[in-house]
Amino acid sequence: MLSRRIIACLDVRDGKVVKGINFEKLRCAGDPVELAQRYNAEGIDELVILDVTATIEARRALSETIRSVARELFIPLAVGGGIRSADDAAAIVDLGADKVSINTAALDEPSLITKLADRYGSQAVIVAIDAKRNGERFEVYARSGHTPTRRGAIEWACEAESRGAGEILLTSIDRDGTKNGFDCELTASVSGAVSIPVIASGGAGTADDFVDVFTSGRADAALAASLFHYAETNARDLKLHLRDRGIPVRL
Amino acid sequence: MIALIDYGAGNLTSVKKALAAIGADVFVPARPNELEAARGIIVPGVGNFGATRALEAGWTNAIREHVDLGRPVLGICLGMQWLFEGSDEAPNVSGLGILAGRCYRLNNGKIDNQTRLKIPHVGWNNIDIVRTAPIVRGVASGEQVYFTHSYVAPITAETIANTEHGEKFASIVQRENVAGVQFHPEKSGEIGLRVLRNFMELAG
Repeated sequence: MLSRRIIACLDVRDGKVVKGINFEKLRCAGDPVELAQRYNAEGIDELVILDVTATIEARRALSETIRSVARELFIPLAVGGGIRSADDAAAIVDLGADKVSINTAALDEPSLITKLADRYGSQAVIVAIDAKRNGERFEVYARSGHTPTRRGAIEWACEAESRGAGEILLTSIDRDGTKNGFDCELTASVSGAVSIPVIASGGAGTADDFVDVFTSGRADAALAASLFHYAETNARDLKLHLRDRGIPVRL
Repeated sequence: MIALIDYGAGNLTSVKKALAAIGADVFVPARPNELEAARGIIVPGVGNFGATRALEAGWTNAIREHVDLGRPVLGICLGMQWLFEGSDEAPNVSGLGILAGRCYRLNNGKIDNQTRLKIPHVGWNNIDIVRTAPIVRGVASGEQVYFTHSYVAPITAETIANTEHGEKFASIVQRENVAGVQFHPEKSGEIGLRVLRNFMELAG
């Protein structure tokens, strides 16, 4: 039976892992390669490296991080942040990433999704959607959660799928870093609307939050960052908890 | 030396890195006649079966000659499907045809949102070993490996392990010196590296 995946996210800035709350207030959480190794040893199913820097120098540091992680770990590795073009994506793939995650660039130029899917296969293309509750609906935000797009999260997820996305990485801006639990309503509504896997992100605080997002949230995978960075829990303990609740996991 | 066939279906970086990690010498041949130097051949690949059209004629013949010499071939994901006669994904393109049967869309492409049997089948799933073979030496039945695909190979006499996602399909096959895995050994942690090492042993 297909396992629900537990994914660790490393937000990397200037060669260090950082983590914020509601996309703001970043603080340092350690060395990305060391963290990646620890997560792998603890049984994480997949890693996401998210580049939250903008400068050229920092990009080079990021390249080294991706290369090091890809050389030592043999689990799926996705990289996102700052990918604006097919050339940017090619550079990331050449470093050893299995999947590229695009967000703002896909909103600005939706044909980029198809271009990347044609070149690397849909399995290599994640469309990341940052969504925020706005009255009754979930609105998509661009530029690291700063710019409202007036697009609805469900419609955009469906469009991304039809354009060739292989997975949706769905982050609740409202829950990001709060540890108040995933937004299960958001996740379930997107997951029910698309046939590709949906990775829930934003708000993981306890093991029961994962139980909720895999049941009522209908997530195929769930991602957390700070929960793992500060060793509040680890993938193995989390998975044991999920297994006890009847959720299929890889142990 | 292991030849890694690059026919433009996805990138080879991950496979190369995994092979480097187990100490394999790998080269990417530019022309079919370079396969004469290979002790083993790996055909990787993701994406559409139609991409294997690039292997027609020259490559296909060279790979068949290699097989006839008793040297091993490993197909990964799309590369495994290519070992069969063909696929419904690209009906006009022939596979290598060393394994009998045609590949087809998993669950007929039907998505069941209640049971969440989504297509593509993405993630870690069990391999249930039904027959022992060198390619699974040291691998226990029930271990989990990483899949990402929408089409599958049929269960036949050459099936070594099967996996279930809505229906059962062949996840590992081996017939003499020709083996295939539907999952990605380069992305399946220690179990995946073990399968690659087993292949290296076949290559001697």
